Amino acid sequence: MAIQTDPGLVPYQILDAGGNLVGKMPGISAERMLSLYRSMQVGRVFSNKIIALQRQGRATTFGSLVGQEATAVGLAAPMQPQDWLATSYREIASLIVKGVPIPTLAYSFRGFTPENWPAETHCLPVQIVIGTQMLHAVGLAMAAKIAGDPAVAVGVCGDGATSEGDFNEALNFAGVFQAPVVLVVQNNGWAISVPRSKQSAASTFAARGEGFGVPARLVDGNDILAVYDTMSKAIENARAGNGPTLVETLTYRIGAHTTADDPTRYRDAAEVEAWRARDPIARFQKFLIARDLLAEQRVQQLIEEVEEEINEAVRIAESMPPMAPDSFFDYVAATLSPRQQAQRADLLRYINQVIQ
Amino acid sequence: MRTITYRDALREAIREEMLRDERVFILGEDIAGYGGTYAVSKGLFEEFGEKRVRDTPLAEEVITGAAIGAALGGLRPILELMTVNFSLLASDQIINSAAKFHYMFGGQPQIPLVIRMPGGGGAQRGAQHSQMLETMYAHVPGLKVVTPATPYDVKGMLKSAVRDPNPVLFIEHELLYNIKGDVPDEGVEYTVPLDRGEVKRAGQHITIITFSRMLHVTMQAAEDLAKEGIDAEVIDLRCIRPIDIDLLVDSVKKTNRVVIAEEGWKYYGTGQGLAALIYEFAFDYLDAPIQHVHGADVPMPYSKSLERLAMPNKDAIVKAAKAIVPAVLAHT
Repeated sequence: MAIQTDPGLVPYQILDAGGNLVGKMPGISAERMLSLYRSMQVGRVFSNKIIALQRQGRATTFGSLVGQEATAVGLAAPMQPQDWLATSYREIASLIVKGVPIPTLAYSFRGFTPENWPAETHCLPVQIVIGTQMLHAVGLAMAAKIAGDPAVAVGVCGDGATSEGDFNEALNFAGVFQAPVVLVVQNNGWAISVPRSKQSAASTFAARGEGFGVPARLVDGNDILAVYDTMSKAIENARAGNGPTLVETLTYRIGAHTTADDPTRYRDAAEVEAWRARDPIARFQKFLIARDLLAEQRVQQLIEEVEEEINEAVRIAESMPPMAPDSFFDYVAATLSPRQQAQRADLLRYINQVIQ
Repeated sequence: MRTITYRDALREAIREEMLRDERVFILGEDIAGYGGTYAVSKGLFEEFGEKRVRDTPLAEEVITGAAIGAALGGLRPILELMTVNFSLLASDQIINSAAKFHYMFGGQPQIPLVIRMPGGGGAQRGAQHSQMLETMYAHVPGLKVVTPATPYDVKGMLKSAVRDPNPVLFIEHELLYNIKGDVPDEGVEYTVPLDRGEVKRAGQHITIITFSRMLHVTMQAAEDLAKEGIDAEVIDLRCIRPIDIDLLVDSVKKTNRVVIAEEGWKYYGTGQGLAALIYEFAFDYLDAPIQHVHGADVPMPYSKSLERLAMPNKDAIVKAAKAIVPAVLAHT
């Protein structure tokens, strides 16, 4: 049987940019839809909050996820607790959906490694090296298959990462070993200042699947229902033993690459505005209101609740003590060498004598 | 002379070399319209156009491999990798191709390639984005590895690197781009050799050997030591490979005491390599064990406060110097 791998050029859509139903509704409850909507708001508010804190010197370098909430939430929401999630730095909302507590994330953006990183959420730490997590996702999936564990792995990277060898090697392994993995390219149009058109001459990244014998899907990444539906099917397909899927979500980075970037230097405001008109939250909100699933007057109230939740999480994170000065020796290795122990003792002596 | 930033000095060197030799071109991620992640190549795209200022896809290995190909083909590429951390993705091309082709092909082809990249910590970039990796590359025959620390040196050394027939790893530092220093007026041609260190402060009691950003920390430490009567000689290595061993030995003969100050990790690194060379060539002139100031043996912490503690500072250099300069010597 030939594998159907051509994703075509028309992205899969359930809701158009105006929030109108243009596809087939997936089997999803009203309660679930409201939960997805709230998670998108959480992602946006969290992102804006950390950037505000960074400007005040209260948080470290951070990459905005504004505009990409539908992809981030939609890719993680269908995952089961045992499923593995390997992300880049822009999918913080995915981690929240997968169960990482918000105060833990807020603490991590103070620059501190949370001592109690919730390993049970099966979320890998955020990767800065571009594309590397796709290899890890495939490895996790292969391990699950070997162990007979019904877990699926989801790896997420951006459009820039598709040029890295890692991305292509991950796809090849996934295909050859029929790993239960879903590899997601969150195509947000820009790799820092390099536009999508300079990243690949191919019409889609999803088309890359065909060369590796991996089925691929092209999805409107600002359509939460389309992302959710596609990911649900791809994840359950992998869980059923039918191998990997490559998913390209078309979205847009409304904000800067990170707090160290100024995108006005390299892209037109008109382009950003055009994408604001396709805002993933506004789109889903219109749909929910039109269906009487969400009251218009409830929106502002809900945003305020979310803001309060995020502010409270930040309060908790800021009330947590900073890591002890010598704590960065704690997890360098399972046990410290005598020389590292000596360095640690020297540091403590220095702190006691000079700083305090 | 005028005072300009390290960043501007780099840009001037690139620009002057591009004007001088039409074979010189630059390539890398975000270097064209964006002007480089650290704004080094700002304006060059507008001046020289797409042919000679090339934005590339995000793929360190192929950028590096293609730059090697271009060098083999007679061009003189200046490749910007976003940071030394990401050069690990290109390390096969750097170590197995760039460093080997001249040798493996009987001296026929030359690889006149410059790979520019910043290393180092201090900007809260986290564990994967704050490393000093010059020592890894300095281990490899066939590569030149340099770490200029001042605007004057960075301009003169980049010009030398572009003209050099060998692959040169040109390692800058994230925190150096904004520092200012004296540089000859535009149009006044000068170069700085790729195999010479420099005494940045003459002294008689102790030799402090350093490189890259730590030069500036060391100069401050030397001022503190001076207040306590200890006259430190500060040597900026500038070049990690080849190493200017004569300069070090001459200084040790004079001072008989050595502190090595580096930002990177302790074991098997640049500092230990230097210590071994000094013990080998100047053992009889040493009056005390060599002291080593270095970064904590941990991946770099992300938080500002912890990062500061994991990086070596002025106090550590002062303490190391005082540990081996007897009080009786100070004030002499």
